Amino acid sequence: MNTANPASRADAHAPSTPLVHLSSEPYYHATGDELDVFAAAAKSGLPVMLKGPTGCGKTRFVEHMAWRLKRPLVTVACHDDLTTADLVGRYLIVGDETVWMDGPLTAAVRAGAICYLDEIVEARKDTTVVIHPLTDSRRALPVEKRGEYISAPPDFMLVISYNPGYQSVLKEMKPSTRQRFVALDFDYPEAATEARIVAHEGGVDADTAQKLVKLGGLTRKLKGAGLDEGAGTRLLVHAAQLIASGMAPAIACTAAIARPLADETDTRDALDDLIAAVF
Amino acid sequence: MSERKLFAHELEARLDELLLLSLRQRSAAVPAALLEALPRELQERVLHWAGVAAQTSDDLGWLIASLAATQAAGLGEQLDDWVRAGLDAYDRSGLAATRKALNEFTAASKASALRSQYSVAFGAIEGRLSRFLQALDGRPLRLVSGTKAWTDTETLWLPERLDAANDAAGNRRLYKAIAALLWAQTRFGTFRLDPEPELEQWPDRERALAWFAVFEAMRLEACIAVELPGLALEIAGLRGPWPAELAAAAAKLARPDATVADSLACMAAQREIGVSPAPTLPHIGTLDPVAARRVRAARITRELAIVRRALNVIAATDTKAGAAENSDYPPLAAEGELQVPDPQADLLAMPPAAREAAKSLMQDLGEIPPEALHPAGPGAWQPVDGVDESIAPGVTTQPDAFYDEWDYRRASWRRGWCHLYEMEARSGDPEWVDEVRTRHAHLIRSIRRRFEALRGEDKPQKRQFDGEEIDLDAQVEARADRKSGSEPSPRLFIHRRRIERSLAVMFMVDMSGSTKGWVNDAERESLVLLCEAIEALGDSYAIYGFSGWTRTHCDIYRIKRFGDRYDAETRQRIAGIEAKDYTRMGVAVRHLSGLLMRQNTRHKLLVTLSDGRPDDYGDEYRGRYGIEDTRRALLEAREKGIRSYCVTIDRHGADYLPQLYGPAHYSVIDDAKKLPQKIAEIYRKLTG
Repeated sequence: MNTANPASRADAHAPSTPLVHLSSEPYYHATGDELDVFAAAAKSGLPVMLKGPTGCGKTRFVEHMAWRLKRPLVTVACHDDLTTADLVGRYLIVGDETVWMDGPLTAAVRAGAICYLDEIVEARKDTTVVIHPLTDSRRALPVEKRGEYISAPPDFMLVISYNPGYQSVLKEMKPSTRQRFVALDFDYPEAATEARIVAHEGGVDADTAQKLVKLGGLTRKLKGAGLDEGAGTRLLVHAAQLIASGMAPAIACTAAIARPLADETDTRDALDDLIAAVF
Repeated sequence: MSERKLFAHELEARLDELLLLSLRQRSAAVPAALLEALPRELQERVLHWAGVAAQTSDDLGWLIASLAATQAAGLGEQLDDWVRAGLDAYDRSGLAATRKALNEFTAASKASALRSQYSVAFGAIEGRLSRFLQALDGRPLRLVSGTKAWTDTETLWLPERLDAANDAAGNRRLYKAIAALLWAQTRFGTFRLDPEPELEQWPDRERALAWFAVFEAMRLEACIAVELPGLALEIAGLRGPWPAELAAAAAKLARPDATVADSLACMAAQREIGVSPAPTLPHIGTLDPVAARRVRAARITRELAIVRRALNVIAATDTKAGAAENSDYPPLAAEGELQVPDPQADLLAMPPAAREAAKSLMQDLGEIPPEALHPAGPGAWQPVDGVDESIAPGVTTQPDAFYDEWDYRRASWRRGWCHLYEMEARSGDPEWVDEVRTRHAHLIRSIRRRFEALRGEDKPQKRQFDGEEIDLDAQVEARADRKSGSEPSPRLFIHRRRIERSLAVMFMVDMSGSTKGWVNDAERESLVLLCEAIEALGDSYAIYGFSGWTRTHCDIYRIKRFGDRYDAETRQRIAGIEAKDYTRMGVAVRHLSGLLMRQNTRHKLLVTLSDGRPDDYGDEYRGRYGIEDTRRALLEAREKGIRSYCVTIDRHGADYLPQLYGPAHYSVIDDAKKLPQKIAEIYRKLTG
């Protein structure tokens, strides 16, 4: 009867089941003691912050840990218009009634899930404040609009990620937020490890994987000299997947690595030269 | 302009007038006679440039005129660039350099006329190549153009232009191959051995070095092939197959364990066969082992000192190593595993500079030499190596920055022309500001009230598609609509949006000598009122004063940086603003807009408080030159997204201000005493 259903619009913003139960093991290759630290933090109910450049495995690590700890996972990709209501929840109108809809954070707290706020610095500054009570000894989420105060069950865990490589001063985290977290530093894995990851994920042979990793290493040295960041492991995996599907390595690398990284002519040409040099 | 050529006597008269030659017992007869042959248009341009140059110096004008007389015909269209190259050289290093630069320009332009269309210039490939090299492993290398291709292990010299291949792509590949082989020389140890014993046995050193370069190229190509097979293939494609008589040497040097010693052995073998000239291959540069080894030795000494010191600091703080207490610490060779600081492990503990130095040493020597691992001696370590002196920013009179200046007569830049010093402003009488605040208490109150109303706040926006709260009015309406059978609006939510002012303002205060007295008082009082107003608004703002004395003393005084608070110290610095020297405005605009650009706000505003037109000591900056340069600087700022506004008390400003700031972007206050009353209102209008 109603041609424009407001509820269905709002639904797009707040999916009703943000909880993901991972049934199969997400591939993750540990490079340090991050598995132990994370598990210990989970046991002690401490929030965790993952720092590191783009595409070095932060998201995959959280997925892996959720599977390992057998907890559901809620992932929120933060963006610059993410409001408190987007995280906590809001009233929707369904038919003639108002219906409360939990946001992903509230849903995670109720279910005792791992809530992963990806690239937290992208979110609006005031939204970070709503996570504060969850990150100290209170471990609770006040839902103001409902007058509700939800105590987090022991299984609930908050994980945030951020990329310290961004130069913008606007994308820095306030110390009052930072100092609530157990932090894990992520970086690109060592060459041999990364080659194994690329080979596994991209489905290419060891030799191709090594060349891709070599290329990735070369581009990372251009950080600050034409590139904001070098190629992450994810880009290398993408290139590997293109190669595995039968594409010529040089074309695959240009498409999956050089073009996503750079627009500027000199840098692009230099990347092409590097690809030609490695393959 | 009439088409008639000027006759020699007319040219002579014009030159004489421009360059005041008769006063200096010079005659323009010779250049005039030569210029007579040129078309009128070219004659006029030569005269124009001679005049422009003469404004800088009569000798420069004379030089331009006399050289143009012989060279203008050949230069044709390039005359303007030719003169600018000369003027640049004059600004940098004087008259002799100008003559040299002009002659070089002519020679280069003649050469370029003969060049094929496929040649590639160094400048066209520099950016690409330097990034390429930077990505490769090893020590960073500087890339510059020179007459021949070689490296001293820290800088790569590449030819100005390459024309050996049949097409542009081929010439670009050639550049890459030359650069890659030179990089490989530094990466794969060409200079690890002293080649002199071998070179001395050759009757002709040049020929010996050419052979050395060829054999090294063979070896290095193989080294490259291991890490970068694609690059090695490309190089192999460029050079073609090695001559048959060299195939054996090429195979020997391609072995993975080959070192520079093998290259030298090949040289010895070649010497036995006979010292024929080495094959010349376009992708092989030249070698200068003496220069390279000198640079290398200096670097090793320097880096050893850095690494040694860093390791010693680690050892001294690391009780497990116990090395620092042990005065007769055994050398590494004797008891390698005993309590030796492990360079690999310690590498990570080192500060970044030392880590770079260690990596560079590994590249030069293949290892961290054992002597670096020795403690400097028992007891406290002395920082004596002199490295710190060279990097520590001591008290210097070096300018903080150099800025280009626009010369409208040349229609080009004077590079690095202005020397800028940034310094803290002097503190003034603390009671002065209190006195101003008391005197203007009423005004301040009303300004604050008005400004607080402007302050950004959360504004609930009704009837949105989406939002934090339900808009009940909209909901009631929608229900009524639905009941009545008409289509309800889907806009049922309230969205709170923070209206942020996101504004950064830079106040640029004229501290020139002409502001002395009541103008200076008015400026200071205005600043106090402004600060009160802007504090109420919460905008981000900074205050800098500017003054100076010629292009080598452009001073910027920090009164309030963006991060500083409006506290007692800032107020004292405002009180301390005093009339100093002159008003070279362009450089101040450039520097302060640079500071403003670092602010992460959506809007950026540069407000100038001044009492008159740009001016500087000497008559150069006075008048049109200064106005044109300032205008240029403001245009640059606008291109960066900075809006400029000028508040001036120069009643004669109306003639140049529209030119500088645009028609609606300045205010002229006819009485300095009114400035404090008006300034806050101007600011409110500007940012409201």
